[in-house]
Amino acid sequence: MTAKISLRSVTKTFDTLTALDDVSLDIEDGAFLALVGPSGSGKSTLLDLLGGLAKPTSGEVLIDGKPVTGPGLDRGVVFQQYALFPWRTARANVEFGLEGGTLNKRQRAERAREFLDLVGLSGFEEHLPHQLSGGMKQRVAIARSLAYDPDVLLMDEPYAALDSQTRELLQEELRRIWQRTGKTIVFITHSIEEAVYLGQKVAVLTSRPGRLKDVVDIDLGDRSNDDLRSAPAFVAHRHRLWELLHDEIRRAA
Amino acid sequence: MTATLEAPTVRTGSEAAAKPQKKKSRLSKTFRGSAAILLFLAGWELAPRYLLDEGTKTFLPPLSEDLVALWELILNGQLADHLLASLGRSAAGFVLAVAVSVPLGLLIAWYRPLAEFLNPLLELARNTAALALLPVFTLLLGIGEVSKIALIVYACVWPVLLNTIAGVNTVDPLLVKAARSLGLSSPSLFRKVILPSAVPTIFTGIRMAAAYSILILIAAEMVGAKAGLGYLINNSQVNFQIQQMYAAIITVSVLGLAINAGFVALERRFSTWRVKEKA
Repeated sequence: MTAKISLRSVTKTFDTLTALDDVSLDIEDGAFLALVGPSGSGKSTLLDLLGGLAKPTSGEVLIDGKPVTGPGLDRGVVFQQYALFPWRTARANVEFGLEGGTLNKRQRAERAREFLDLVGLSGFEEHLPHQLSGGMKQRVAIARSLAYDPDVLLMDEPYAALDSQTRELLQEELRRIWQRTGKTIVFITHSIEEAVYLGQKVAVLTSRPGRLKDVVDIDLGDRSNDDLRSAPAFVAHRHRLWELLHDEIRRAA
Repeated sequence: MTATLEAPTVRTGSEAAAKPQKKKSRLSKTFRGSAAILLFLAGWELAPRYLLDEGTKTFLPPLSEDLVALWELILNGQLADHLLASLGRSAAGFVLAVAVSVPLGLLIAWYRPLAEFLNPLLELARNTAALALLPVFTLLLGIGEVSKIALIVYACVWPVLLNTIAGVNTVDPLLVKAARSLGLSSPSLFRKVILPSAVPTIFTGIRMAAAYSILILIAAEMVGAKAGLGYLINNSQVNFQIQQMYAAIITVSVLGLAINAGFVALERRFSTWRVKEKA
């Protein structure tokens, strides 16, 4: 099986600082990979490389076996600070990525409505971002990235600024959306718990310079458990990741 | 989530109780807002009548006499003539300045090295009082309309130009990054992200320019004009028509206030998203 995303000995340096050092990683089509690491482990740099917003100093970033040459609509990026256009309504924000494409105005509005509905924001189409809560803004941002139907969704600590209840709600929704759409998702987070809950696999990066320390498979068994986060399998995975990260966090701090 | 569930009940409860109170506080707010002006006007009326000696009273007549003079100016059509002459000049200068400096500002801001190169010069020009250059304009362009309008253009260009540059330069880099991640080309990035997010800042500059266009005009009209509010003020003083002079001054104040209020309302409309985001 060919990988959807392939990193081959990727190194990225800024002047004297090495952000990423010789990272190799394959992500299968339709996989949900969570990426954890202490601050300064180059997580966001890695995402910029995947998004085509930066170029590796050496090594290769491949999508569908082809090197990434720049940004493109085959990948959608969701940022921590939402990055909504404040002068556009929720609907017009979702339409943003569709405007260069083949859809006419009515079709774009229809598509935007459909994806706002998918993220549970029906009835908020004409609201401006400042009229929405943080969780709602992030839902709009997710709808915007999904609307132009990219194969890959790149998420850079999207829930870090939200309160814990909203966060858990959005995590649940994201898993549901992932299962429904079959997107390949790369999800960066600080939170081990979030990584265990969301990821099929969790990749752990070391602190400066960022190297790939380990990739842990997550198998929580029956996910229908109401309090999944307290289940023994969840606790065991979280502990394993905590051990992997522990030294790194101490080195970074 | 619990917070959003609770909020409506709390709000409806207090809103019903708060409504009459709100009306009352709004009334008292209006009163407090205009109390100083009312007091000032009362002082203007009463002080010349009861406190000042005859000599000073001649130069500072009670408000009611000035208002009578204003009424006469309105009735005999003189006020309209002078007002139109002034508005024509300031509008011409203002429109020219905006038409030149918005595109120029966008261009300068887009090429960052150019902005860095020009910035010291722009600061120097902005901080040179426009009226200091009035003699220069008169020497170069004569004493007629051209030099007056040119002076207004000069005064209005700087706030618009500098605000346009600032508006473009302070665009949230995250929005630019988000747009770039969608593969936007530079021209569409400019049109769809940078321009709309700079509009409120640009408009603030336009409002400042509108205020300057009146302020500078009045002074310019005091030299070598045959019509206009500045001329009316100066000419009345020279001819010892003191009440008429104050009537013209009152007109200038009201005109300035009205123009500013109009632009503030327009500005609010253009930038609802920014005003609320800050609050």
